[in-house]
Amino acid sequence: MKVIDIKDLYKIYEDNEAEVHAVDGISLSFNEGEFAAIVGPSGSGKTTLLNILGGLDKPTSGEITIGNVKINELPPSKLIDFRLHNIGFVFQAYNLIPVLTAKENVEFIMDLQGRPKAEKEKRTRELLEQVGLGDRLNSRPNRLSGGQQQRVAVARALASRPKFVLADEPTANLDSKSTENLLDIMEKLNREENITFIFSTHDPRVVKKARRVITIEDGKVIKDEAIR
Amino acid sequence: MLAQVSWRNVWRHKLRSSVIIFAVAIGIFAGVFAWAFYKGMMNERVETAISTESSNIQIHQRTYLEDPGIKKFIANGNEIAEKIEKIQGIKGVSKRLLSNAMVTSAEQGTGVMVIGIDPEQEKKVTNISESVSIGTYFKETGKNPVLIGKKLAEKLKIKERSKIVLTLQQLDGTITRAQFRVAGIYNITNSMYEEMNVFVRSQDLAGILQLDASACHEIAVKVVDNNTENVIFNKIKPLFPSLDVKEWRELMPEVSVAEESIDVSMIVFIIVILVGLSLAIINTMLMAVLERVKEIGMLMAIGMTRKRVFNMILLETIFLTITGMVVGIVIASLLSLYFGKTGIDISMGSEVYESMGYTSLIYPVLSAKIIIEVAIMVVIASILSAIYPAWKALKLKPADAIRSDV
Repeated sequence: MKVIDIKDLYKIYEDNEAEVHAVDGISLSFNEGEFAAIVGPSGSGKTTLLNILGGLDKPTSGEITIGNVKINELPPSKLIDFRLHNIGFVFQAYNLIPVLTAKENVEFIMDLQGRPKAEKEKRTRELLEQVGLGDRLNSRPNRLSGGQQQRVAVARALASRPKFVLADEPTANLDSKSTENLLDIMEKLNREENITFIFSTHDPRVVKKARRVITIEDGKVIKDEAIR
Repeated sequence: MLAQVSWRNVWRHKLRSSVIIFAVAIGIFAGVFAWAFYKGMMNERVETAISTESSNIQIHQRTYLEDPGIKKFIANGNEIAEKIEKIQGIKGVSKRLLSNAMVTSAEQGTGVMVIGIDPEQEKKVTNISESVSIGTYFKETGKNPVLIGKKLAEKLKIKERSKIVLTLQQLDGTITRAQFRVAGIYNITNSMYEEMNVFVRSQDLAGILQLDASACHEIAVKVVDNNTENVIFNKIKPLFPSLDVKEWRELMPEVSVAEESIDVSMIVFIIVILVGLSLAIINTMLMAVLERVKEIGMLMAIGMTRKRVFNMILLETIFLTITGMVVGIVIASLLSLYFGKTGIDISMGSEVYESMGYTSLIYPVLSAKIIIEVAIMVVIASILSAIYPAWKALKLKPADAIRSDV
């Protein structure tokens, strides 16, 4: 089943009166349960594409349909609400709320959704146990390693029961062991919860795990291959 | 959970938040304590004005206050006093004869107001009898005793039992002189009053002025509870339509205006303090927003609405300010409680305050009304202070903010 459908997507910036085509006519679609990596050199348009997919940036033209909703047509206030209920985010620098514990960080997004307390607590505990942090519920981010923080970020991204998770260079700040561990967890969650994961990455270890690799250069898809 | 996040955010930079909380606490303490101090000062002044000088209500002939004169007396003073005494809530009624006079001692002379009283009636209306520091309050039965103020005694260089001569105008316009003996010297907190007013028995003064014993120029009324003054005034006034019935506020407008303006003055004073504090709060909150650009961007990215972001910054500002306010109010309350018992001596050896009718020992009075009004002003100031930093946060674009360095 199609989760994301992109048609003729363009993002054009004006830079010193010259036009920069960060995304240049991309058409793609992602199905439920995909584990896909978007790769390409710096400046190829990966992050811009991810931002547009996540509703953080508006395309110059083109159409993005998530489920049945054309998000490029949503007003900003509706877009925030759409992100809250449909898209999970994992950032390169973890970006946890430093004043909240691991448990509270995961609960926070469900709090924004207005979920009942019992449901929040149950899902938080389950997710943190799934990412191997069942014993660090009450630790604040500054008490966790980079790998552990990123695992909390993954749990947070899944807590809202999104249609898909966007991860922008999620392993860029992690050592090999933490990267391996994180990828295993994400792959397991992808299989168990059937959630679509889309990464932008340079990391060959991520590419190796991906079941679909989309290569972008100069804002265009130059290769889109299923690995297994 | 938003409140929890905001509260914890306040304490991310303990030193910075503590400094601003301390500043707010000092500012609020200064405002609240100053308010309590001046409230206490004015309460004392009003109390002195009522209990020593004017009493609650006074009755005169219609034009007496504008143009006083010996001929403008109330003939049926006894009858009027009896009517008033029957009203519930009246503590006392005192008939007074009034006459301008020249007082001379062996060394000095000056102009005074001679007040002829029935000592027992006057006891129920003013506290002059309790203020006699030297001699007695009309205890002697001898001829022409007079009670003079401490300041006048100093001016005339006279003591208890000294003789003085009063020069007055009789009813028919004749100037007459009468010798009095100082029976007592009173000492109140208003040296100007002490210098200007002497008390004699009304029977003595009536004889000198050639007035009937039941006549009077002024009827002073004291009520049991000052809070019922207005109600009693409204009962008395219609009983005597041909006379001029006035409350102390009309008789001493300078005291009344000072009392009424104290609240407005203190609100202005606190607003000035809050404007200064608001600038510091805006600066602190602006720093708090600008060093959390990435985090605020992330919150917006994951689905935190602009309204919630605004509320988060607003709550942080309110928590920061209210913590300081609570500390300030607690300190001000404790000090007001302490000095409310011991008093604060502001004389520093000077008689300036007493010459104006103000006591130099101030007992601060902190009421719930003051605290509530200050709290409302602080909350409004903190909401206004939050607007600019919160607006800065709302201007962030999540995609750019997440990639920022802070």
